[in-house]
Amino acid sequence: MTDQQDTSEVFRGTSGADGTLRDQRSTDGSDTRAIPAFVFGEELADLADHDPRIVVLTADLAKANRANDFADRHPDRFVNVGIAEKNMITVAAGMAASGMIPFAATFSSFAALLGCEQIRTDCAYPNLPVRVVGHHSGMSMGFYGTSHHSLEDLGILRSIAELTVVCVTDANHLRAVLRASLDHPGAMYLRLGRGRDPEVYDTVPEIEFGKAIQLRDGSDLTILATGSEVHPSLRAAAELEQQGIRTAVWDMHTIKPIDVDAIAAAASTGAVLTVEEANRTNGLGTAVAEVLLEGGYGSTKFRRHGVPDEHVPIGPPAALYAHYRLDARGIAEVARELIGA
Amino acid sequence: MIPRRDTPERRTLVDALAEHAVFVRTETVRLSRIAGAGHYGSTFSAAELLVSLYHAAMRIDPTRPDWPDRDRFVLSKGHAAVGLYPLLGDLGYFDPALLDDYTRMGSPFGDHPDMKKVPGCDFSSGSLGHGLSAALGIALAGRMQGRDHRTYCMLGDGELAEGQVWEAAMAAGHHKVGNLIAIVDRNQLCIDGFTDDIMSVEPLTDRFASFGWDARRIDGHDLDAILDVVSDRGRDPVGAPLVVIADTIKGRGVERMELSTHWHVGNLVGDDYDDVMTELAAGLQPRGTR
Repeated sequence: MTDQQDTSEVFRGTSGADGTLRDQRSTDGSDTRAIPAFVFGEELADLADHDPRIVVLTADLAKANRANDFADRHPDRFVNVGIAEKNMITVAAGMAASGMIPFAATFSSFAALLGCEQIRTDCAYPNLPVRVVGHHSGMSMGFYGTSHHSLEDLGILRSIAELTVVCVTDANHLRAVLRASLDHPGAMYLRLGRGRDPEVYDTVPEIEFGKAIQLRDGSDLTILATGSEVHPSLRAAAELEQQGIRTAVWDMHTIKPIDVDAIAAAASTGAVLTVEEANRTNGLGTAVAEVLLEGGYGSTKFRRHGVPDEHVPIGPPAALYAHYRLDARGIAEVARELIGA
Repeated sequence: MIPRRDTPERRTLVDALAEHAVFVRTETVRLSRIAGAGHYGSTFSAAELLVSLYHAAMRIDPTRPDWPDRDRFVLSKGHAAVGLYPLLGDLGYFDPALLDDYTRMGSPFGDHPDMKKVPGCDFSSGSLGHGLSAALGIALAGRMQGRDHRTYCMLGDGELAEGQVWEAAMAAGHHKVGNLIAIVDRNQLCIDGFTDDIMSVEPLTDRFASFGWDARRIDGHDLDAILDVVSDRGRDPVGAPLVVIADTIKGRGVERMELSTHWHVGNLVGDDYDDVMTELAAGLQPRGTR
């Protein structure tokens, strides 16, 4: 799906003068601190030291997703299937049928779109504990273009029965998700960003799948954000606060099953804005809309913020986030529009 | 342990397997009438292969369907499940009387097998092209766990047009998954016609061999040939995976169905049902003698 040169380039990213990775999300230059790369392989290797069920698979992207950190320590429980995503997911299902907990990782566009039917038929339908890990999700691959973007994965996978869909927020959250996933029944889709996601959690948070985490309190407006959009939403909330708009922010890490209680709490502030790095169709926003309407919260001011029904232009990620107002400044703007401020 | 060829024990086994094959075929016809439709042809071509696996080749214990060291079987051509169910019931995995409600509302038994509902079914199937990958995963897991079980996978020949089959074949050869045994039911027909006309799959032994497989070719209705090829196999989890190209005849056992494009799915009723049951009860006859 992508050649080795592509992979290395994506993983290397843009280096600062000191060799550290810079956060490309920051359009205003305010957040350029070094941030953790993927802890995916390292965390799973730690867990695998004590859990013989864990196995990691990838489709020629062990460098991009750092599965090689796992492979170095547990070579006998690592399988690279080459560039064959459908095979990878079904192989993982076969392993799960024999008592293993496989983490099958590749770019989310190929995991979720190319492997969609394998996720449905071979993982979710037999209720097997396969963890399909889709990384570099959304439009985080920027100018690599639509083939490498995954803006549809939430909408597609949310419609698969008995599949748990989780968006990962940052490195510490990823550790929490991986740990909690070991005892979670059934198949899961774990949606990761590029691995340079700015820190939201300074320690590994306590998480429960299906239970959103309130990160900020507020009474004028609630932002329900997921994955890569949690961090800019928090910054947007801080900006709004300075303008006297008290904004609650929740990390809606589990898209399916959705946290109905969090949505009810959000509705009590009178205005709800959902923010996701995904197409607006059938993702987090739609899930929240369903709850609002069916739960009797139809009078709540509401907006789904995400990518409209179009294929995105070519550009680096930061420029794309600014273009679609999915950076902090843009989110704050959209929030003000929603409440008429 | 499969007895050697040309011994009285072997003759007894082959005779018993032939009876089991008759049972698979007649039960397929009976169950299909309950459902109102059945995959006769694809099941009849696989009958000798299925009974040889379950009654001779596989290390299984029907009282322990989840036994970790059991040999596994993945029916990648899941539409032949109507022939697998009676075999599993007869072995004692479940009460065969449950099959009297085959495909009815709430039954564990659908046209394609569900591993969560059917004891003895090692993997769900139905979407063609997936099974070899699933079997590969089971085999790799067994190797990781230090177990010596084998994983068998039966594929259809039309199914080989699915690209995922070759993803799995490539990976199995590359990773030298010696505990994996694929069986291709080469019954010559897919739904729309002969594979040679719809999508050529040959030369199959060459194709699999070029992917790093030990590729053999046998008459898939010859019980002795089937027994030879599976008893020839060790349990080393590292080595070339084995593929058995089993030349079969779609619809074998019912003259009107043999190599017919009209019987991929059908429904026998009335006199047709009785005639076919009588024909099947006599066992396999040489072709063209009826």
